[in-house]
Amino acid sequence: MGHNDHSAIHAVGHADDAMLVEALRAVLPADAVLIDEQARRPYESDGLSAYRQMPRVVVLPANEAQVQAVLQVCHRLQVPLVARGHGTGLSGGAMPDQRGVLMSLAKLNRILDIDPLARTARVQPGVRNLAISEAVASHGLYYAPDPSSQIACSIGGNVAENSGGVHCLKYGLTVHNLVRVRALTIDGLVFDAGAEGPDAAGFDLLALLTGSEGLLAVVTEVTVRLLPRPRTVQALLASFDDVEKAGQAVANIIAAGIIPAGLEMMDGPATRAAEAFVHANYPVDAEALLICESDGTAEEVEDEAARMRAVLEAAGATEIRYARDEAERLKFWAGRKAAFPAVGRMAPDYYCIDGTIPRRTLGAVLNWMYGRAGELGVQVVNVFHAGDGNLHPLLLFDAAKPGDFERTEILANEILAKCVEVGGTITGEHGVGVEKIDAMCVQFNSDELSIFLGVKAAFDPAGLLNPGKAVPALHRCAELGRMHVHNGQLPHPELPRF
Amino acid sequence: MPAPLSNSLAGVRAELAAQVALAARQQQALRLIGGGTQAALARADAGQPLDLTVLNGVIAYEPSELVITAGAGTPLARIEAVLAEQQQMLPFEPALADGRATVGGAVAAQRGGPRRWMAGATRDFILGLRLIDGLGRELGFGGQVIKNVAGFDVSRLQAGAWGSLGVITEVSFKVLPCPQAETTLQFQIGQAEALLQVNIWAGQPLPLSAVSWDQGCLRVRLSGVPAALASACRLLGGQALDAVDAQQHWHSLRERTHPFFDGAGTLWRLSVKPTAPVLELPGAVLWEWGGGQRWLRTEAPATLVRAQAVQAGGHAMLVQGGEAGTPVFHPLAPAVRALHQRIKLAVDPGQILNPGTPDFL
Repeated sequence: MGHNDHSAIHAVGHADDAMLVEALRAVLPADAVLIDEQARRPYESDGLSAYRQMPRVVVLPANEAQVQAVLQVCHRLQVPLVARGHGTGLSGGAMPDQRGVLMSLAKLNRILDIDPLARTARVQPGVRNLAISEAVASHGLYYAPDPSSQIACSIGGNVAENSGGVHCLKYGLTVHNLVRVRALTIDGLVFDAGAEGPDAAGFDLLALLTGSEGLLAVVTEVTVRLLPRPRTVQALLASFDDVEKAGQAVANIIAAGIIPAGLEMMDGPATRAAEAFVHANYPVDAEALLICESDGTAEEVEDEAARMRAVLEAAGATEIRYARDEAERLKFWAGRKAAFPAVGRMAPDYYCIDGTIPRRTLGAVLNWMYGRAGELGVQVVNVFHAGDGNLHPLLLFDAAKPGDFERTEILANEILAKCVEVGGTITGEHGVGVEKIDAMCVQFNSDELSIFLGVKAAFDPAGLLNPGKAVPALHRCAELGRMHVHNGQLPHPELPRF
Repeated sequence: MPAPLSNSLAGVRAELAAQVALAARQQQALRLIGGGTQAALARADAGQPLDLTVLNGVIAYEPSELVITAGAGTPLARIEAVLAEQQQMLPFEPALADGRATVGGAVAAQRGGPRRWMAGATRDFILGLRLIDGLGRELGFGGQVIKNVAGFDVSRLQAGAWGSLGVITEVSFKVLPCPQAETTLQFQIGQAEALLQVNIWAGQPLPLSAVSWDQGCLRVRLSGVPAALASACRLLGGQALDAVDAQQHWHSLRERTHPFFDGAGTLWRLSVKPTAPVLELPGAVLWEWGGGQRWLRTEAPATLVRAQAVQAGGHAMLVQGGEAGTPVFHPLAPAVRALHQRIKLAVDPGQILNPGTPDFL
């Protein structure tokens, strides 16, 4: 049938600029089609600003009919289309295509319906993550996934990236907290993925669309699951004189049958940077700090916090503090939440990595990383979701210094390869985007990638939606393999070669 | 220490992959067979049987990682026993079918028991899996870690695909600690009132883990730390059910051995919005999952049942009986069906895996 033989995912845009703009203006209000360079400039990158590209045209549809019309124009003229939420992504997933249209969904920003009894909210994709929780707070409900950008990021972007957050060990990722999405394929077909019931007819398209990075469809409505807000929240701060001990403590907490609401780790440099920045009263002599959060009813929290404390003590914590009140709990978190900007003050530039590893390998991988960083002369700082084994090493560098970024990139790629080697993955929550497209060749073989390409083609045969992202074309991985040979570094050198 | 693990099933997997590759070359349809507990629904009697119970064994289990990896033919009862030694469980509470139900079957048929209401479905606990595609190629998707967003979610896509999107050979599930204690409360209450009451409770931070209603009796199971259960019981009222009776009740729903499921006649499973009103259909009803899963014994025409399900925000599956020729699965709109067919072709271009199942394709 030829469905497994897609050698390239790229589309060729062959409509000229004037034809494209005219077609878009025919279906959108004049002020919803941006062609001036100055107007297009803010859309040239997402949160990963190292990757930039000016789109040919930016469109700002305000409703589903306009979204559909834009899709149909792109489909008819065979022009690539990149959909974008609020541009907070960290993998370049919303970077425009130079041959194509960049569609911002920011104007679709209405909360359509809140159903407190069914614990659901139906919203447009441009609604901010935190705005959902704010809108339903009076019902004692909230939306659980809380990526660190939740003040700014859009729910549509969360669906595209399957966003996580600090509470996903207990409450799951975006995919676990969606009820239904309404989406459109590139040819304008409107369909529902998921249902208001526990499952939907047909395949689980909701799971397939979640985290598909805008390659399969464009979402115009998202119905999220809401949870009752816990009555009580308690946080513990535990210090360790060694990262390996802290890593072991994390594994021991889980092994003891505890699922904390949050379990975050900061290493010594991160702790000191955060302390200097926000004065959270962190112990600055610690080599690792754990923030452990428990939520639930008063009885559940009391029981769980006591059990966590016992595990932390047994694991060799040098100091354990309970937050005495809500203000102190928020202070514990203030340091964690400010850790990235705090580290940002330590060097002109930093590179944030996002890999996941099995929890039991935390200590060993961190120590390996410090060793390699020392050898390469790169400073590395770790702040991450320890409970999920989701690492966020920050590699500090100075883009103005020759060779600095190159060394950083070498370490970054080695760290991702290490994540795969110990049984983890190249991205826990930031997505592949353009940034990790080559690392996909490390994680998946060409047969597996061909399935992704086949699924892509089932939705978008011409490869018009977000081309060049998330799933590498097979020839790209082959070229990468050849490049490595050229550098004398065969991938998988342990394998016999014939 | 965890129970001793089986050796890798790589050899068995490779043999199966070779069989599928051969079948693909010969355009020979294959009928995938696990424990056979869902055979009545997988109405594929065409094709050469491919026995997957040979994929039997726990491959890796790390309690501190909350992950178990097992061959698709491993009985769920064995998984349960291995997890229980570490006070852990499969949170979606799948039917064990006297030891016949398998890991692959629980994924393919997306079977979930009473705890599915609050804990989540089978798909929510799939971290990764290995499968053989319709060309006989061995592939791996997802992994053994909780957070993983690399590539399309082909693993979760297998849940409820009834083997039509690949031969599942190995699955990694996220597992959870067993609750410290459980209590069941019972209330004599009409259906409409029960639907409202249960959903009001579900909007409050209470340790709810299962609910059922039939014949004017609402049963609510609470799971968690004893002190939290005691205070929830005071809040909810009702009458505490004897522990043995409670255990039997939830077991009978999990395994569908409850008297409601006895005997011949037509049986429907409706998946609807939990707060949808009482169905306007003749016949007996038993519901679970806060009203989201409604079992219906009715001789009403299929079109009427399905129209009601859609009106209630969901769909209906014909589990047993019905008029000849009635589809088991809820039919899809033509354009959406075409999309499903294209997805099927992406993984099984020769359409040799379980042809005819699921019948929405």
